[in-house]
Amino acid sequence: MNIHEYQARELLRNAGIPVPPGEVATTAAEAKAAAERLGSGKVVVKAQVHAGGRGKAGGVKLADTPREAGEIAGRILGMKIKGLTVEKVLVAPAADIKSEAYVGVIVDRASQSPVMMVSPAGGIDIEEVAAKTPEKIFKTPVDARYGLLTHQAMALAFRLYDDVTLVRQAAPILQKLYRAFVDAGASLAEINPLVVTPRNEVVALDAKIVVDDNELERRPAIEALRDAASENPFEVQAREANLTYIKLDGNVGCIVNGAGLAMATMDLVKYYGGEPANFLDIGGSSNPDKVVAALRIVTADPNVKAILFNIFGGITRCDDVANGIVAAAKQFTVPVPIVIRLTGTNEDAAVKILESVGMKAMTDMDQAVQQAVEVARKGGAAA
Amino acid sequence: MSIFIDKGTRLVVQGITGRDGSFHSKQMLAYGTTIVAGVTPGKGGQRFEGTVPVFNTVADAVAATGANASVIYVPANFAADAIFEAADAGVQLVVCISEGVPVLDMTRVMPYLREKGVRLIGPNCPGLISPGQAKVGIIPGSICVPGPVGLVSRSGTLTYEVVYQLTRAGIGQTTCVGIGGDPIIGTNFIDCLAAFQADPATKAIVMMGEIGGTDEQNAAAFVKAKVTKPVVGFIAGQTAPPGRRMGHAGAIISGSSGTAAEKIAAFEAAGIAVMKRPLDVVQLITERL
Repeated sequence: MNIHEYQARELLRNAGIPVPPGEVATTAAEAKAAAERLGSGKVVVKAQVHAGGRGKAGGVKLADTPREAGEIAGRILGMKIKGLTVEKVLVAPAADIKSEAYVGVIVDRASQSPVMMVSPAGGIDIEEVAAKTPEKIFKTPVDARYGLLTHQAMALAFRLYDDVTLVRQAAPILQKLYRAFVDAGASLAEINPLVVTPRNEVVALDAKIVVDDNELERRPAIEALRDAASENPFEVQAREANLTYIKLDGNVGCIVNGAGLAMATMDLVKYYGGEPANFLDIGGSSNPDKVVAALRIVTADPNVKAILFNIFGGITRCDDVANGIVAAAKQFTVPVPIVIRLTGTNEDAAVKILESVGMKAMTDMDQAVQQAVEVARKGGAAA
Repeated sequence: MSIFIDKGTRLVVQGITGRDGSFHSKQMLAYGTTIVAGVTPGKGGQRFEGTVPVFNTVADAVAATGANASVIYVPANFAADAIFEAADAGVQLVVCISEGVPVLDMTRVMPYLREKGVRLIGPNCPGLISPGQAKVGIIPGSICVPGPVGLVSRSGTLTYEVVYQLTRAGIGQTTCVGIGGDPIIGTNFIDCLAAFQADPATKAIVMMGEIGGTDEQNAAAFVKAKVTKPVVGFIAGQTAPPGRRMGHAGAIISGSSGTAAEKIAAFEAAGIAVMKRPLDVVQLITERL
């Protein structure tokens, strides 16, 4: 789960990291009032969306006066950045900066541990730094049983600054960032930039935290930070039904059990000349209600011209899926043909259930995919 | 022959009285797996299906029955502790089926297991099966037959699909291992490739990969350097959009790293025959046996 910058800043502030003040606004008037409360100096108005590259997209602007802050907020609010509408802006004092660094922690697959990363070349071009001059990025794997040790934090801080007074400020920030990362159940937490002010204070200007979805059940305070309005409504609906759905641009709706098989099914649609409309994994031990929800979501996509079920029963029982398809057909009209492939656990029972309502099922994946592609190509007319 | 599990496997089931645990324990018993014990705290002294003794702790189960492997069906938030418990009780192989285990939990589990020398398979995996000998996990026994092919996969149902294609074509398997799709897993492709290479009964290897991470690229390099048996591979997710999570926490592409194209190129460079679709496994394996 992504959280907004203003929420991540709050988590870091609560962890004891120096973060400048700032307020969230949803209207131009609120932004102007927020700038007034911050005092007479310059402010920065920043779009709060779950997308990188906000600055380059024009979603981050400086304002000299509260009035200008209001005007700029009016322009940024409602703007689209990478397809996402900006609903909120953060208004914060524009700090004078002597230097910008990057600090972050991620879960690293290769070392199977969290890895703390720092770079003295922070700022908006950090991805370019990582790609072109990786030697400017310094990494330390952390043994999660002990956390980021003081000497590790000091060694990394010495990579950022020569001045030991700055090092002594930065090292505890790294340790607090690591703790905030663990406490949030994050898969990534970063401060970019971590700046030095003209008064030689090290402060966090921007923060990003991505939370591991699997942590949310035991962290209700973090789950409460979710901004469902900023997510695709179908993906929200899918999550609430415990499905994984990702919308794509094709016309063959896919409903599959298991992520690997779902991806392989999409690939096979493409192999036979079609385009998948979505990724949808109904997961294991699926009940008929999940299947109804899945059909509802896929049917709502106007591009879909055929729906393909590909079910390999294991934990998932084919009869549950068949019952779900029948139940859905009673609850609402499915406007396009459904092609069903079922095999595995309780396959025979499933075939009987489908036949009782005049539907057919196949056992072969390739045949089913070819038929679905063909139906979709004909614009949804029955094959 | 087989890898990791065989007729000598003495299994303890953690979470044997839960919904998934009880269902799949019955399936494993029906397949002929030697389940010597179950564990559910508070239900010690009971018997599962009238035969399998249930204990309060894994340590009690191991002491009483000599269990040498464990399979875990507990809810995700308790899975890490269940793995620690199994390792502390002295079993050598732990198979964690539970899905949705927090990744940070796994960062604490893995160094502990490495120090103890315990092999973990999973989490978020379908387990493994050595056809005709034993199955540990949830892979349907009916789709497998004994034979010469070793199979390793990051996926569950996609594994079934490929095994099903092989079995329908009369090609059996030594062991099928589902290693799980999470970012941090106990046993990776290379561990399985090394085991299949060392297993005299395995004559060819099928490797089912996915987008995300670099495990397949590392595995390809290992194949080139160390594996003399023929290897056939597949990468799921060629049509996946970049940067999106496709259900498996591991299947994330970031930037150009971990794409299907990159992995397929690595396979080809290592001499691995690449399937364009799951069905191709039959022809590619037949040509190489």
